[in-house]
Amino acid sequence: MAETLFAKVWNAHAIVTRDDGATLLWIDRHFVHEGSFHAFGMLDHAARPLARPDLTFGVADHYVPSHSRALPIRDPEVAGMVTTLRGNARRHGLDLLDLDDPRQGIVHVVGPEQGLTLPGLTIVCGDSHTSTHGAFGALAFGIGASEVSHVLATQTLWQQRPRTMRITVDGVLGAGVTAKDVILAIIGKIGAGGAGGHVVEYAGSAIRALGMEARMTICNMSIEAGARAGMVAPDETTYQFIAGRKHAPRDFDAAVAAWRKLPSDPDAHFDREVALHADAIAPTVTWGTSPETALPITASVPDPQAEPDPAKRARIEDQLAYMGLRPGAPLDGTKVDRVFIGSCTNARLPDLRAAAAILRGRRAAVPGLVVPGSVPVKRAAEAEGLDRVFQDAGLEWGEPGCSMCVGMNGDLVRPGERCAATSNRNFVGRQGPGSRTHLMSPAMAAAAAVAGSITDVRRLA
Amino acid sequence: MTPFITVEGEAVALDAANIDTDQIIPARFLRKDRSAGYQNFLFHDVRAEPGFPLNGRQPVILAAGPNFGCGSSREGAVYALVDAGIRCVIAASFGDIFAGNAAKNGLLTIVLPEPDVAALRRMLPATMRVDLPSQRLLLPDGSERRFEIEPFRKRCLLEGLDDIGLTLEHQARIASFQERDRAARPWATP
Repeated sequence: MAETLFAKVWNAHAIVTRDDGATLLWIDRHFVHEGSFHAFGMLDHAARPLARPDLTFGVADHYVPSHSRALPIRDPEVAGMVTTLRGNARRHGLDLLDLDDPRQGIVHVVGPEQGLTLPGLTIVCGDSHTSTHGAFGALAFGIGASEVSHVLATQTLWQQRPRTMRITVDGVLGAGVTAKDVILAIIGKIGAGGAGGHVVEYAGSAIRALGMEARMTICNMSIEAGARAGMVAPDETTYQFIAGRKHAPRDFDAAVAAWRKLPSDPDAHFDREVALHADAIAPTVTWGTSPETALPITASVPDPQAEPDPAKRARIEDQLAYMGLRPGAPLDGTKVDRVFIGSCTNARLPDLRAAAAILRGRRAAVPGLVVPGSVPVKRAAEAEGLDRVFQDAGLEWGEPGCSMCVGMNGDLVRPGERCAATSNRNFVGRQGPGSRTHLMSPAMAAAAAVAGSITDVRRLA
Repeated sequence: MTPFITVEGEAVALDAANIDTDQIIPARFLRKDRSAGYQNFLFHDVRAEPGFPLNGRQPVILAAGPNFGCGSSREGAVYALVDAGIRCVIAASFGDIFAGNAAKNGLLTIVLPEPDVAALRRMLPATMRVDLPSQRLLLPDGSERRFEIEPFRKRCLLEGLDDIGLTLEHQARIASFQERDRAARPWATP
């Protein structure tokens, strides 16, 4: 029978399927971070050992400072989070990518970078953006603390089999249009809950043409459409990315031969199909407090008076009030107070190159922070002089971590401030209490920095 | 985990769609130990707004807009609800990870079609009853409504089961899977 990529990976990991349909899945890779302390606590409370410490990797990312690593972490509670992860990793014998490790970075950047993320694997982490790793044709998804403790104790997880959705993007992306614009356009089309209960496979000529970093950007934000996971079938682009990395399979040819069997069979059935034309996607920006409020830069924010449904009208009014926006105002020209370029969505080398290409030889009109996704990304960017480009433009160049996407390390947008951000969530208070976030691509964020307002990057390129 | 059998008490409506876990508990509280009292962090920043439906109330049931608990995987969102005494959330859909976290902490999530949830929200705040064994809601207007739930999730909630313990009953099959898998996918081990 014709099978999807998802079904092939799922079936290869099914240990037991109960009468009620729940399946016990084998987990190939488990990433833990500072926030996983609840799960280690549960394990210790029950005096259970780790099932497979060799498949569990610790990464310090959520709470690490963006300022110099030579200085101590100022907030003792934040410092305690990093220390606790270190203690748990030592006690259980985990490979830890600690603050001073040359491999350190955001978990969803370092997994692929170290060759730990491979096609056909099941990958979990107590972080919803684990969907990123699906870019390699892995089944990767975020889990909660109780599930983290379950994986630590058993290296397995009970899951109800999700439904499948294929999102096909055919055509060629226009100038100034990137993977971030594609995924924002998709979420704008299907909604923040549009892929609930589904694993999404991204397909089509526009997806095939993307590099691995861009595919990661797309899969990363699958969760913002409610998807359980996002996947892209592995191909030559995937294998070339993995070859030579630290944890790449030793018998690489044998692995590639196995991976070539993974893509969905031509006549495989998907429970839902969605299609977009790449040519129709413009640089895209969110105006509200959900990623589904994505609109082309050429559009205006909605006018609640034009919305007949009272519940939807109220929702628009609430978001406009929180965001401090005038009904019907054009997005282009909306003043911003700062920019943030970083996060597991958009902090890889091509992202930084795209932002630097706009900022080279220009000055930012507003303050901003650029945080590379990992130490290897930082080193590579510095070797190309990108750090100089950002600093010459007046932006700060930080140390790798989650930083201002979620503000756990103290990098916050101030109350009432408007931030042009390359991250993944524009939720109420996400970047700090009262923060106003507009999601966009790295090039668009760089353009916003230069103009001091949300701007169509195609005018600056 | 506290078993869930029957719950009766005040229900409150949260009308908005897409109530994300960053709203339910802002990120800066996730570093706190559970003993800090996660109820203190529930909707911490949004409940400062006048008229927030939970203010001055101690509900045990919430009826919310669609896609409740979307966003971050933080189980702290469930801890905050549970520690505040909330035992059940009713909505047209939930963030998948949130719903999984809820089940592991004795918080019942009930999915009903949005028109039905919207009708219920209009009756609130009011007292109502949730009966898990019979899968029935007794609504404030006196009517009854059946709901569906996965059988295993129901059993875990009713019995307050620890599913690591249940999984380890499959230890022999996990071991034989690993043996087969090592031979079939030698490339999968780092």
